[in-house]
Amino acid sequence: MNFRAVRTIGRLASHRAQQPEIVNFRAVRAIYLFEMSRTARTLLQSIVSPVISTSLYFVVFGAAIGSRITEIEGVSYGAFIVPGLMMMMLLTQSVANASFGIYFPKFTGTIYEILSAPVSAFEIVLGYVGAAASKSIILGMIILATAGLFVPLRLDHPAWMLAFLVLTALTFSLLGFIIGVWADGFEKLQVVPLLVITPLSFLGGSFYSIKVLPPVWQTIALINPVVYLISGFRWSFYGIADVSVSISLGMTAIFLAVCLAVVWWIFKTGYRLKR
Amino acid sequence: MVMQPVISVSRLSKIYASGFCALKDVNLDIHRGEIFALLGPNGAGKTTLISIICGIVNPTSGAVRVGGHDIITAYRKARSLIGLVPQELATDAFETVWNTVSFSRGLFGRPANPGYIEKVLRELSLWDRKDSKIITLSGGMKRRVMIAKALSHEPQILFLDEPTAGVDVELHKDMWQTVRELRASGVTIILTTHYIEEAEQMADRVGVINEGEIILIEQKAELMRKLGKKQLTLQLDVRLDAVPPALAPYDLTLSPEGDELIYTYDSKGERSEISSLLADIGRARIRFHDLRTEESSLEDIFVRLVRRS
Repeated sequence: MNFRAVRTIGRLASHRAQQPEIVNFRAVRAIYLFEMSRTARTLLQSIVSPVISTSLYFVVFGAAIGSRITEIEGVSYGAFIVPGLMMMMLLTQSVANASFGIYFPKFTGTIYEILSAPVSAFEIVLGYVGAAASKSIILGMIILATAGLFVPLRLDHPAWMLAFLVLTALTFSLLGFIIGVWADGFEKLQVVPLLVITPLSFLGGSFYSIKVLPPVWQTIALINPVVYLISGFRWSFYGIADVSVSISLGMTAIFLAVCLAVVWWIFKTGYRLKR
Repeated sequence: MVMQPVISVSRLSKIYASGFCALKDVNLDIHRGEIFALLGPNGAGKTTLISIICGIVNPTSGAVRVGGHDIITAYRKARSLIGLVPQELATDAFETVWNTVSFSRGLFGRPANPGYIEKVLRELSLWDRKDSKIITLSGGMKRRVMIAKALSHEPQILFLDEPTAGVDVELHKDMWQTVRELRASGVTIILTTHYIEEAEQMADRVGVINEGEIILIEQKAELMRKLGKKQLTLQLDVRLDAVPPALAPYDLTLSPEGDELIYTYDSKGERSEISSLLADIGRARIRFHDLRTEESSLEDIFVRLVRRS
């Protein structure tokens, strides 16, 4: 092996004025594309697997069991569960994508490069969370299209559907980012999605309206933040909701604000990123 | 006109959450275009110092300026000047060489420049492996990928933290050749290494850090001159039981076998003293059949300094 002169490299370096931008868009783009390319590399795991598992829910709950269940507020059971299933997938995938995205460089040690680059906290979050949210939104749209093959769909408020989709994907990707920073092992990375997000999704009205619960349980269910997300999302499809749409939006916004505040604190203190 | 240092560290301290004090009031100036070797035993604070300058570790107190820019308030400008090759082989195992190097360039806000990336990869003998996943590369290749990443955004300052750790001899030589050529083109290089002889060969200036304190900063040549020791060993024809009293002023040492007289003097030592020593030995009728001189290496000086501190 023979290294050749690298004089030209250094000459370029020493003579070229370095003018970093106010916002390092190239860095955001680099992180975003890097994360998205990971999805492309792991297509089976990232896209195909969640689409298949969600489709199985449609087949089992929608077609097989759902055919024996009467309509809910004028919507067939198969169609009724579509927003809930989409939201469940959106929550779990957003958290999983974003947490893995930031945890993996921590695990491999490549985080040094992110921390030593002329990149602000906002740009780092924009890159990682933007990519994680994009993946979830793409998945959501694929699942929506797949659901259309199994059940009759209706979209009363498409703009609101999109707004809920984007807002929820962003919020839970931020939550995933926080989990990824907090986790110091793969087990912790799985704890929140498995032990918190999934149960809350199941109990948050993915497969039923909380109105069918006894009054006491209806009140208890309102503690579950996922109820508001699913309710608002379902309203955008069929115009039916367990709680008022404005409350759903408000709760999502509050959760988003809390996640943003935690991320801000992480970068301000360097919690588990910088020593 | 006095040239501004390219890196200026003043009163820098770092106390980790555990209470461990890694750096104590460190002051250090690095000059533009030099090769500066930072030496110190394990845990001395070398990596902490580098990590703070590069933005990976938060300082507890003190200030660092890179190219005149404060690393906290003007971190973008400061960091854009720096390329870092860390000690650990931290790479994206499943990425290709091309993608990971291009990613680094983008991260530092530089526009895509495939021609430049190609040049870096060719000059580091990585071009043939540009489409290989990093996981398939040897340790030496991975080390070169890390150098390519550090050079991808055309830095003016290059940090090499133990760059030859775990690298074969051939790559050692090639890497140091690369470093020399980078320096020749105006890049400032700060390196840490356990191989003191490498620092001795490469560095313009040497800094020694121990237990978080800089105990010495000196031009390498000056350091060798000031602290270097020389030894003159005379191999005697006839064994002695003790150093003759007539030679006591020279503070000679007799080897355990009694067949060698050893005279230790510093590098600045007057030659006339050696002449008078030899004359006195002649007068004492001590005959020798051979002599040799030895000079202490930077490693000897380093070990002595660290022990002393």
